[in-house]
Amino acid sequence: MTQAVADKKGGDVKADPRLKLINAAIKKNKSQPDALIQVLHVAQNMYGYLPMDVVRHITHALRLPPSRVYGVITFYHFFNLNKQGDHTCMVCTGTACYVKGAQAVLDAIADRFGIRPGEVTADESLGLQTARCLGACGLAPAVVIDDRVLGKVAPEQMEKELTF
Amino acid sequence: MNTNELKELSEKIVEEGKAFKKKVCVCCGAGCLSSGSEAVLESMKQTIKDKGLESTVQVIPSGCMGPCNQGPLVKILPEETIYEKLDGDAVEALVDDHIVKDTPQEDKLLFSEYRDKPFVDSREDPFFKRQKRIVLENCGRINPESIEDYIGVNGYQALAYALHRSSPEHIIGEIKLSRLRGRGGAGYPTGFKWETVYRHVADQKYVVCNADEGDPGAFMDRSILEGDPHRVLEGMILAGYAIGATQGYAYIRGEYPAAIKRFEEALKQARKKGFLGRSIMGSDFSFDVEIRIGAGAFVCGEETALLASIEGKRGTPRPRPPYPAESGLWGKPTLINNVETFANIAPIVISGGTAFGEVGTPKSAGTKVFALAGKVQISGLIEVPMGTNLRDIIFEIGGGIPGGHKFKAAQTGGPSGGCIPEQHLDHPVDYESLQELGSIMGSGGLIVMDETSDMVDVARYFMEFCVDESCGKCIPCRVGTKQMFDLLTKIYEGRATDIDLATLEQLAHVVKDTSLCGLGMSAPNPLLSTLRFFKEDYIQHLKDSALANV
Repeated sequence: MTQAVADKKGGDVKADPRLKLINAAIKKNKSQPDALIQVLHVAQNMYGYLPMDVVRHITHALRLPPSRVYGVITFYHFFNLNKQGDHTCMVCTGTACYVKGAQAVLDAIADRFGIRPGEVTADESLGLQTARCLGACGLAPAVVIDDRVLGKVAPEQMEKELTF
Repeated sequence: MNTNELKELSEKIVEEGKAFKKKVCVCCGAGCLSSGSEAVLESMKQTIKDKGLESTVQVIPSGCMGPCNQGPLVKILPEETIYEKLDGDAVEALVDDHIVKDTPQEDKLLFSEYRDKPFVDSREDPFFKRQKRIVLENCGRINPESIEDYIGVNGYQALAYALHRSSPEHIIGEIKLSRLRGRGGAGYPTGFKWETVYRHVADQKYVVCNADEGDPGAFMDRSILEGDPHRVLEGMILAGYAIGATQGYAYIRGEYPAAIKRFEEALKQARKKGFLGRSIMGSDFSFDVEIRIGAGAFVCGEETALLASIEGKRGTPRPRPPYPAESGLWGKPTLINNVETFANIAPIVISGGTAFGEVGTPKSAGTKVFALAGKVQISGLIEVPMGTNLRDIIFEIGGGIPGGHKFKAAQTGGPSGGCIPEQHLDHPVDYESLQELGSIMGSGGLIVMDETSDMVDVARYFMEFCVDESCGKCIPCRVGTKQMFDLLTKIYEGRATDIDLATLEQLAHVVKDTSLCGLGMSAPNPLLSTLRFFKEDYIQHLKDSALANV
């Protein structure tokens, strides 16, 4: 897993500038164990997922048993131990989107890109996720591509939107 | 800042506002943002500048105005005219017509496609006419990122009154008088909750704002936090004062980055002005608030699970009692209220509990914010007095079902609620009436379904949600929801018999009666309510399977 952290920068985890920001978050919370979730948020923002080395670092810094940290990471939908695609497509499957055809949007993506929710394309360019509700119900069905929210999407539109 | 300074500042802001002949509010709520309102805001600012109107026309980004699917929206005050579906290019013509020539641009008026004659004064449109805005009164009218705007509409006056001219007992008394009930869904009387925490003696108490709005189809709390964050904060500070807490936490869903950002900004501004921190407004009361960001777990909306999550743990609920009012965060007495509940506090303190109680029904006072969505012509955020019936909400405010389809069901309360059929649409909406119908008020998500929705599939959809979100701590919920989901799938796919249906119904009651927390106890609600009102859908699937087996 060291590979995961060293992948892009080619250095070891200690030299990674992103770690400084994680350390700042730990310090801000006075290394209190109850800050775990907040620190994990910062880490995932930096890396896009939670590389095992980084998780280990946080575990030590907050003086927590690894089991507890692993338990928290796997409990919450937000946190991810695996590398994600370069781009993320999140299809809302909340009630309003469900009623207005979110499934057809998912099917269109599966047809064209061959991925189902939770999967990443073979070339790691695109990851597909679902959200329980984005709170954009007035615009159902809604899709978030990276940080861009698209409302009232049509299944046919997905191929164009997801070609980067 | 003390009371007099606040009053002076407020008067100064109002006076300065009068210098402008018009105020242009560009909706920057989540819905309008995703339809491109940022470009409209930029273009509006630029146009006003280019035309040299800066000294007479004020342009602000605002919170949600309501009709989200008509966005991007722009509201022009004082005449209350709303324009819909704008883009950057349409702005100049709009400014020329409406502001320079003073003639409204008819074809861009709100709801111009639905109304024979759209209204220039939006308040006269049926969508707004039936509403009463208490919680949302500032939403869409002020800049949520400006504390001055909030002070200009009497913001923090309730806090000043409480700190200098009232007492914790009096504030709690007013909340009790108002008969306000928790807006998170269960409807527990807020005043009693506050009094219970107040009575517990402890060296440390906490106030927690539950903004983990996880129900699919609900976006009330998000819109309130995005549109008027100071109102929620003021409610939290007042709660801290009333119960004797010094620290508060706002637990906000990670899926709501804009709400988190605006609330964070509100905290900073309030600290700077002395409404938060040590010796608030020169009194001996100190209080501060921290944000905790959720990480995507529906069960964290349950109060004991939410507390575990704030403590950095897995969000699993624990048995109650002891209730959080007695032993909550780190074992200390803790007051947990929902966003909308906190947003109701300042108006109650200002106008008094009795006046607040005059709105609504005898058992459910005040208003309720609903997120209206699904197969309805106008979807968005609405606020109506308690006791308004569903028919008025869906057909008068929401404009009915589009595309010539027929109404089939109204779903309230998300995965914990139920589906209400046509024959019960005239029931006044309050906590009790919805419960009688096998649904719940919930936090206020209201999804309309037409005849194309198969109720077995709807029940299956919600059950799948519960299977996914069950925390796994207690067996009835962990195993029961999965079994119910499998049985529903069997029925849906036409492989089931009458016995499966009977087993399903029996199991639903077992899970309801024996689960540890609200998630499990209410997980069977969508199933039971669709069985009660839409049994024909189930029978049809059973018939299909009988035929397939011939």
